[in-house]
Amino acid sequence: MRLMSSTAAISALVLLAASPANAEIRIGSILSVTGPASFLGDPELKTLEMLVEELNANGGINGEEVVLIHYDDGGDANTARTLATRLVEDDEVVAVVGGSTTGVTLAVAPVFEENEIPFISMAGAVSIIDPVNPWVFKTPHTDRMACESIYTDLNARGLTSIGLISGQGGFGASMREQCIDVAPEYGITIAADETYGPRDSDMTPQLTSIAATDGVQAIVNPGFGQGPAIVTRNYAQLGIELPLYQSHGVASDAFIELAGEAANGVRLPGSATLVVDLLPADDPQHDVVTAYRDAYVARYNEPVSTFGGYAYDAFWLMVNAIEAAGTTDGEAVREAIENTTGWVGVTGVFNMSPEDHMGLDLSAFRMLEIVDGHWTLVE
Amino acid sequence: MQLSAKSWTLIALALCIALAPLAFPSSFYYRIGAVILVNGLAVTGLVILFGYAGQISLGHAGFAGIGGYSAALIPVHFDVHPVLGLLAGAVLSGVLAFLIGRPVLRLKGYYLAVATLGFGILVFIVLNNEADLTGGPDGMSVESLGLRSLSNALGLGLNTSEVWYWFMGLIVLLGAYLALNLHTSPSGRALRSLHDSEVAAGTLGVDVARYKLTAFVISAVYASLAGSLQALLNGFVTPDIAGFLQSIEWMTMTVLGGAATVLGAIFGAGLLTALPQALTVFAEYEHMALGLIMMLVMIFLPTGLLPSLARQFRRGG
Repeated sequence: MRLMSSTAAISALVLLAASPANAEIRIGSILSVTGPASFLGDPELKTLEMLVEELNANGGINGEEVVLIHYDDGGDANTARTLATRLVEDDEVVAVVGGSTTGVTLAVAPVFEENEIPFISMAGAVSIIDPVNPWVFKTPHTDRMACESIYTDLNARGLTSIGLISGQGGFGASMREQCIDVAPEYGITIAADETYGPRDSDMTPQLTSIAATDGVQAIVNPGFGQGPAIVTRNYAQLGIELPLYQSHGVASDAFIELAGEAANGVRLPGSATLVVDLLPADDPQHDVVTAYRDAYVARYNEPVSTFGGYAYDAFWLMVNAIEAAGTTDGEAVREAIENTTGWVGVTGVFNMSPEDHMGLDLSAFRMLEIVDGHWTLVE
Repeated sequence: MQLSAKSWTLIALALCIALAPLAFPSSFYYRIGAVILVNGLAVTGLVILFGYAGQISLGHAGFAGIGGYSAALIPVHFDVHPVLGLLAGAVLSGVLAFLIGRPVLRLKGYYLAVATLGFGILVFIVLNNEADLTGGPDGMSVESLGLRSLSNALGLGLNTSEVWYWFMGLIVLLGAYLALNLHTSPSGRALRSLHDSEVAAGTLGVDVARYKLTAFVISAVYASLAGSLQALLNGFVTPDIAGFLQSIEWMTMTVLGGAATVLGAIFGAGLLTALPQALTVFAEYEHMALGLIMMLVMIFLPTGLLPSLARQFRRGG
């Protein structure tokens, strides 16, 4: 019986902590604030908290206060699934933004679908929105688009044959597949295809092999974390003359720090958040990105990241949809998100439709080049 | 009529499972209950290995990974019902435990812990890297077991969490029944003699190597089933299921609740599954609180929460 009373006590405790109040709009969020994906979840949560405060200071949604109910999944899909059930059943949220990683997003999506709650994810993979799940949306561009962006730049430079060197982690593996898949559409041939492990500390052999392959005109490195920095350093040590492309996975100042001098000349597709001060004043995203960067830096005194931008877009897409729908009814909000057109966010300009639950096109990626240790826009 | 300790344990467990929902305000609690019971099944296996036979394993999540991915992959590739995937996973885990158990169980103490740890991490790495098969770190979806449609067909009208809670309740009762039967059988007595002294047990004619292996295989099958059921419950599986932390968590539940008793270990599973949910309000201090509880239990209640408290209670009463 002791087990019984403890269970009851714990239940009572949980209930106490989560008793709902009235006259407020409850938006749920599950993010990987701790654990291996915390570099995603941390700026995402900070952004959400900042935006909720700002929104409520300006009168909330149609005069109703917005309450953010946030749980940390620690990067674990099983925990996230439990927390998703909790958001729906216990906290009775009307909408959810979150899901820092693809694994977590795919694990929680069925819960929101079953309960007809609109859900906007901040994870990358194209499998989240293809096939389209009526209740699931996402804000980051996909890895397929990153490949397309790189290929567009290659086409502009008249290069047609590349060597791939990909990380074996989830990000690198998925992007490698997409880059191979989409290559023929841009007339690109993959002449060499090498991979490296997540903890490898030297990629000289792979790079030597690529450089020695006949006809390779450029090197593309789908990867994430410190691997691409090592590739970049090895590439400089070997004195390879071919252009080197990195992915959006390393689009942060940390990459330049890790790769040092070797980073100069590297190109990669990144979002506008990296080059806020370089955007021309007539750029459609100029005002939005600048305002977000300034508010974030002022509040947290740390550099803004691309990932926080995903949260910014997810939050406002949801809030705008609830406002436009004039109700928190799931179906109405879902439709309002789907009808979003021409909305300018931090990541890009969103044009949602029933077939496209991300709504970004290639213009969301800026081709960046590192010059003298700083990001510059490639014209 | 005098009821045996085994019957009392089973009755207590059945009552807990049957009566707990009276305190459930929403179906989220059924979900927590179902997760507790999945963990309960895994720790019941660990009671046999660690509590009875005194062998440490820090790699049982590896078997859960095999079970989880069997339930996910076999229905996709062989077009069979997920139940067959679950059973195939259990057989595969059992065979694997038999093969690696022979050399590994020659080791003792820390060495055994490290060897099993290595096994768990190997499974984790394979699940992560064989992305073509397993979907890599992003995981893959799992076909439904069809419990909900079964409940609808029977006219019970339970939702997913509820039906899983009751289903897992039955499974855990069955698992506990088998573990308790083993406890009182001659094999169980042989296992428990290993725990006290392998040398003494060997001198008395107990085949030390064989019994250790038996316990290892049985507990691996429990872990595999728990892994399959977790994957089926979530309808989704990621390599985290085989993660190092999962192994540690199960071991902690077993030790915390009382390693030598089935009821104690399941109680430990309940506590460590429910507590993080109660502590989400101060999520930053969650690990600190869990660590503190663990230390206090180790210092003041060294045989585990439930057995120590039960003894206090008997002495007091």
